[in-house]
Amino acid sequence: MDLQILTYLMAGASFALYIGIAIWSKASSTNEFYVAGGGVHPVANGMATAADWMSAASFISMAGIISFMGKDGSVYLMGWTGGYVLLALLLAPYLRKFGKFTVPDFIGDRYYSKLARFVAVLCLIFVSFTYIAGQMRGVGIVFSRFLEVDINTGVIIGMAIVFIYAVLGGMKGITYTQVAQYCVLIFAYMVPAIFISILITGNPIPQLGFGSKIISEDIYLLDKLNNVLNDLGFNNYTDSTKSKIDVFCITGALMAGTAGLPHVIVRFFTVPKVRDARASAGWALLFIAILYTTAPAVSSFSRLNFINTINNSSYESTPVWFKNWEDIGLISWSDKNKDGIIQYAPGNSLNPVKPIFSDQRGINGERIVSNELTKNKNEIYIDRDIMVLANPEIANLPNWVIALVASGALAAALSTAAGLLLVISSSISHDLMKKIFRPSITDKQELFLARLSAAIAIGVAGVFGIYPPAFVAQVVAFAFGLAASSIFPALIMGIFSKRVNSSGAIIGMVSGLLFTSSYIIFFKFISPDLNFSDNWFLGISPEGIGVVGMVINFTFAMVISFFTKSPPEHIIKLIDNIRAPE
Amino acid sequence: MKIINPKNYWKANLKIVLILLFFWFLASFGAGILFSDLLDKIKLGGFNLGFWFAQQGAILVFVFLIVVYCILMNRLDRKYRADKN
Repeated sequence: MDLQILTYLMAGASFALYIGIAIWSKASSTNEFYVAGGGVHPVANGMATAADWMSAASFISMAGIISFMGKDGSVYLMGWTGGYVLLALLLAPYLRKFGKFTVPDFIGDRYYSKLARFVAVLCLIFVSFTYIAGQMRGVGIVFSRFLEVDINTGVIIGMAIVFIYAVLGGMKGITYTQVAQYCVLIFAYMVPAIFISILITGNPIPQLGFGSKIISEDIYLLDKLNNVLNDLGFNNYTDSTKSKIDVFCITGALMAGTAGLPHVIVRFFTVPKVRDARASAGWALLFIAILYTTAPAVSSFSRLNFINTINNSSYESTPVWFKNWEDIGLISWSDKNKDGIIQYAPGNSLNPVKPIFSDQRGINGERIVSNELTKNKNEIYIDRDIMVLANPEIANLPNWVIALVASGALAAALSTAAGLLLVISSSISHDLMKKIFRPSITDKQELFLARLSAAIAIGVAGVFGIYPPAFVAQVVAFAFGLAASSIFPALIMGIFSKRVNSSGAIIGMVSGLLFTSSYIIFFKFISPDLNFSDNWFLGISPEGIGVVGMVINFTFAMVISFFTKSPPEHIIKLIDNIRAPE
Repeated sequence: MKIINPKNYWKANLKIVLILLFFWFLASFGAGILFSDLLDKIKLGGFNLGFWFAQQGAILVFVFLIVVYCILMNRLDRKYRADKN
């Protein structure tokens, strides 16, 4: 069957499923809207958390990034999973014991301060919106490549689906659609990975194929990849090129950031008991690990496949997928030595890096770019985001697998977007309105406000999708750095210290936030030309600076608390209570 | 064994957490980053060991640590409830 019809059928069927679930699980109180009534089974919550967490970045981008970074890409694998250990051991059980609705709820109550709650709401909204922008770009790419609709139409369809199940169903609807979305996305990720692993190594388990010999050759896959890359002038795939301190800090910032992301934390409010919160953190990481241990295998397979298919073949003989991705502007080829043959080598082929296409075609039929051509031999520009999506095509897999991958990518993007929208809306209706500005509103009015703010947030997210800010990739560093330097330390000290008081916590959060954001803004937006290791503080890149922000937050909070009054008696009781067993 | 009251429940809890975090640090920041190059000299099938820890091993250790945490904490909770009655 035609690829496009298949993709419509699969994506359409999955959308119908999500909406069906939403209608079945409509929320009727704020308790159900915010935390699904607190009655979600730990395994279901684990799946929902996994879908909530694994976004377009995990599904679409991560394997592609690792594919081109090799061992340096490990920071994402360790950082985005190691955070769950922190979450399970240091946060989830205690926050569940505390048992309210939102992350600012805890910060506001524990630090007995509306200002602390307000600062937490600001951090939360900022972190969540930067994240949503990335999801909408993912939805846009999938729609424009596989359904051949305009990106805007794609984003609007995606918004409409999320609108129906997030606004109607609240957390209850989101939880059960996320369970379905996890099943769709993990199936969609594993099927092509298994196929490709069998094709290359003969081993059906990608995690093992990764360390196996290539079929009918007496050489390990990774050794072969190293050899092929060396021949082209690249470094070893399995060696690191970044400085240790930077890798250390990026991993740390991603871990602490993951543990401090409000849309993940809030999922642990939805289970009945503390022991369920612990168990569901374990389930969540297990479900995440299935994808995260497959991803690096996919990265190495696809890098090898990509080189084998493209390097030294003539443009005319390239497969259809190459031209399709070129048509939507995510691949470009500039024939520097005029031989009609594609050469792949280290370095960027163009200056500026991303191709600016003119309307003309070259003599071989390729799209002509107006960028300056760099002096190196590399003739290829490839957007890293396409590796996972193009992988089944590169490996010549059947059309239904390609359609499946498209539906999986949509599931990953939509499930994360919905989770983010929910924490944004609950922080507005619950924390800002009910707890700060309008304490007198009834439960019914609050529920209406929650739905209204979810609707508005979807609108704003849609604008991000239609007019994608050029800085989407850069702001990801922001989201994790800010979560690591503001929310995470405040939560940890709230649980593990009885001495840290409201002034300490507020000044800690604000100073961590200010330091981290000014460092990132300086290197990413004001002086990107200075953004290399000689100018960095202690050699730490903007991606890893959240760790320093976190240390600043902890230090300020503790020093200032030490010189000011201890928290009042009822707060000590509250801490004793969250620490005590059920 | 001594009776578990709220105070030493918290101490026992902290001990479990700290020991597990030590292994968390060892598997990721240790084996995956700090002495990764050293471990790379050891081969595990087609993998250099340091590379394997950085891309697969650390994740498996993380899952294992949370499972151990759940088991130990549930045991501690049971002991606490038994001592209370």
